[in-house]
Amino acid sequence: MKRRDILKIGAAALVAGSLTAGTAAAQDTIKIGASAPKTGPLAGGAAVTHWPALQLWVHNVNEKGGIKVGDKQMKVELIEYDDRTSGEEAVKNIQRLATVDKADFIVAPYGTGLNLATAPLFAKYGYPQIAVTAVSDKVDESAARWPNSFWTLGTSTAFAESVADVLTTLKDAGAIGNKVAVVNVADAFGIELANAGKPALEKAGFEIVYDSSYPLGTQDLAPVISEAKNADPDAFIAFSYPPDTFGLTDQAKIAGLDVGAFYVGVATAFPAYVGKFGASAEGVLGAGGVNPDTEAMQAWYKQHQEVTGVGADYWASPVMYSSLQVLEQAIERAGTLDKAKVIEQLTNGSFDTIMGGMTFDGNVNRTFWTVGQWKDGQFHGVASTGLDGAVAPVAKTGW
Amino acid sequence: MEIVVTGVLLSGTYALIALGLTLQYGVARIMNLATGETLVAACFGAFWFFSVLHINPIASLGFVAPAAFVINWFVYALLLRPLVTRASNRGQLEVDSILATFGLMFLFQGLMLLGFGGEYFSYAFLAEPFDIFGSPFGLNRVVAFLAAVIIAGALYLFLYHTRYGTAVRAVAVDPVSAGLVAIDVARASAFAFALGGALTAAAGGLLSTFYTFNASMGVVFTMKALIIVIMGGVGDVRGAVLAALILGVAETTVASLIDPGLTLAATYFLFVLTLLFRPQGIFGRKQA
Repeated sequence: MKRRDILKIGAAALVAGSLTAGTAAAQDTIKIGASAPKTGPLAGGAAVTHWPALQLWVHNVNEKGGIKVGDKQMKVELIEYDDRTSGEEAVKNIQRLATVDKADFIVAPYGTGLNLATAPLFAKYGYPQIAVTAVSDKVDESAARWPNSFWTLGTSTAFAESVADVLTTLKDAGAIGNKVAVVNVADAFGIELANAGKPALEKAGFEIVYDSSYPLGTQDLAPVISEAKNADPDAFIAFSYPPDTFGLTDQAKIAGLDVGAFYVGVATAFPAYVGKFGASAEGVLGAGGVNPDTEAMQAWYKQHQEVTGVGADYWASPVMYSSLQVLEQAIERAGTLDKAKVIEQLTNGSFDTIMGGMTFDGNVNRTFWTVGQWKDGQFHGVASTGLDGAVAPVAKTGW
Repeated sequence: MEIVVTGVLLSGTYALIALGLTLQYGVARIMNLATGETLVAACFGAFWFFSVLHINPIASLGFVAPAAFVINWFVYALLLRPLVTRASNRGQLEVDSILATFGLMFLFQGLMLLGFGGEYFSYAFLAEPFDIFGSPFGLNRVVAFLAAVIIAGALYLFLYHTRYGTAVRAVAVDPVSAGLVAIDVARASAFAFALGGALTAAAGGLLSTFYTFNASMGVVFTMKALIIVIMGGVGDVRGAVLAALILGVAETTVASLIDPGLTLAATYFLFVLTLLFRPQGIFGRKQA
C-alpha cells in the first residue's frame, strides 16, 4: 500500500470518527450504568432485591416512551456489570461506567459495604448515588461527607430499637415474658444491629438469657438453636443474613423452639421464605416491611411478577424501585442530564413513589419500615419511623 | 450427648462433601477446584426434580449421580487427559489441573447463574424432628448421615475388597508401577475421576434437603472439602471420614460450649495442627 493511500484511509477514518462522535453528542437515550453482585456471597440477595426492580423500572420507563428531559422524550439504556461482591471490582466498574461508557447516571450498588466503597468515586465523578440496600448508622456521616449521596433504607439503630419496641408491645399485651435470646452473624450489618439492639432490649426491661455470634457463612446452626433453647427464652432474635435466616428458622422448627416472638434478619421478607416455610412462617417477625395493602403496592407486586418472572421482597425491593422513580423525577424536573442540577433537585425535592412520598432531610430518608411480620402469606410492616399502614404485632403460636 | 450427636451428624455431611474430592485427587491426581460447583449443580438437580417433577431427592439421586458420572468422565477425557499426557511429573500435573479446574469453576458457576439466577434456593424435605436420646434432630440430616455411612462403606468395600478397587488404589500409590502390572492407568484414572464426581453429586443431592444454596456457593464447599481431604491424608477414604468426624464434633463442641463465633477458628486450628505434626495427613504415607 502506498503512503498516500494510508493517509487517505487515515483521513477517512478521522471523518467517520467525528461523524459518530457527532451523533453520540446529540444522543436520544439516557445511559444508566449499574454495578452490583451477580456472583459472590451477596448475589443471592441482589437477585431478589436489586436487579429485578431495576429491570422493571427500565421496562416501565421505556414502555411509556422514556424520561422527559426538557422537550425531549429519552429512552433508557441499561449497562450492567457484575461486581462479584468485591469492593475492588465495584470500584473498577464504577470507574469504567464513568470514564469509558460515559454513563449519564449510575445506579448505586447493592450492599452497605459496596455502597461505602464506591461512594468516593460517585463523588469524584459527580454522580448522584441513591443508596438503597445500605443500612448503617453512618448514613448521616456519609451524607455529610459526600453531598451527592442519598440514603433511603434507614439506620441500624432504628432497626434494632424497633425490634425492642415491638417486643415491648408484645410483653405489655401479656403475649411474651421478658427473657430474650439474641444471636447475630459476625459481619458488619449483624454486628451493628446487635450492638444497638442489646442495650435497647435491656433498657426496655428485657433479660438477655443467651447472647452469641456466629461466623458469616455458617450453615450448621443446630448448636446455636439448641443452646438458645436451653436458655428457655420467651423471644428469639437473630440479626442474620439470608442463608442463616433460612437455617435458623429450619432448626428452630425442628428443635421445637416455641417462643412468642421469633425474629430473623435479612431475607425474612423474601418470597422464598414463605415459599419454603409455608404456614410455619405465620407470625415470624423480620427486618423491614411494607404496607402491602395499598392499591399501588398490590399493582406493583403483580407487575413485578409478570415482567421479571420473580416475586419482589417485602422490604427493599419496593424501596429500590422507588429510588429509581426518585431519580427519574429529579431528571425530569431538572430538565437536563446535568448531574449537578439533578443532585440539586434530589436535595430539595419531594417525590411520588409507589410507597408514597419520599423526601431527603440532609440527604437521608427519615421514614422507613423497620420490622415486619408474616400474616396470611404476606409480610406486613408492624413498625416504622413514621410511615402509615403499620399493623399491630401478634404473638407467634408454634410452628 | 446432644453435642456429640449434632457433631456426628455434621461430620456425615462433611464426609459426603469430601469423599468425591479425595478420590479425584488421590487417584486421578486432579485437584478439582470445581468440586463445590459439581455439588451445587447436584443441589439444583435435586431441587429441580423435587419442585418440577415431584420426585423425592433420595430417589432423584438415581438420576443425578449417574449423570454426574458421565459428565465427569467427559470432562476428564476431553479437558484433563491432555494435561495428564503432557505433564512430565506429578507437580506439574497438579499445578496444571488446579488452573484448569479453576477455569471450570467459573464456567460451571456461569452456567448455573444463567440457568437459575443468583437467588437462594431451598425446599422442605423431611424437615421434621427425629428424636435421638430424647433430643430432636432434623430427620433430613439423619437421613443424609445414614446415606453418608452407606456411601462411605460401599466405597471402602469397593476400594479394599474388589479387584478393580485394588487396581484403583494401586494407581493412587504409583501410576508407573501400576502400569507395569497390566493395569490400564488411563482408564482407572478416568473411572476414579468420574466416580468422584458422582459421589460429589450424591452429596449435593442429600445436602440440598437441609442447606440453603445459590449458584455462587460452591467455593465454600470446595474449601471445606480441601481441608478435610488434606487433613485425612490425600486419597484415603478412611482418613477423609475420620477427619470429617473430628471436624464435625470439634466444631459442634466449640459452638456449644465456648462460642459459635469460634467454629472457623477451631477448624483452622485443627488444620494447622495436622499440618504441623502430620503434614501427610492422618492416614497419609510419608513421601519417599
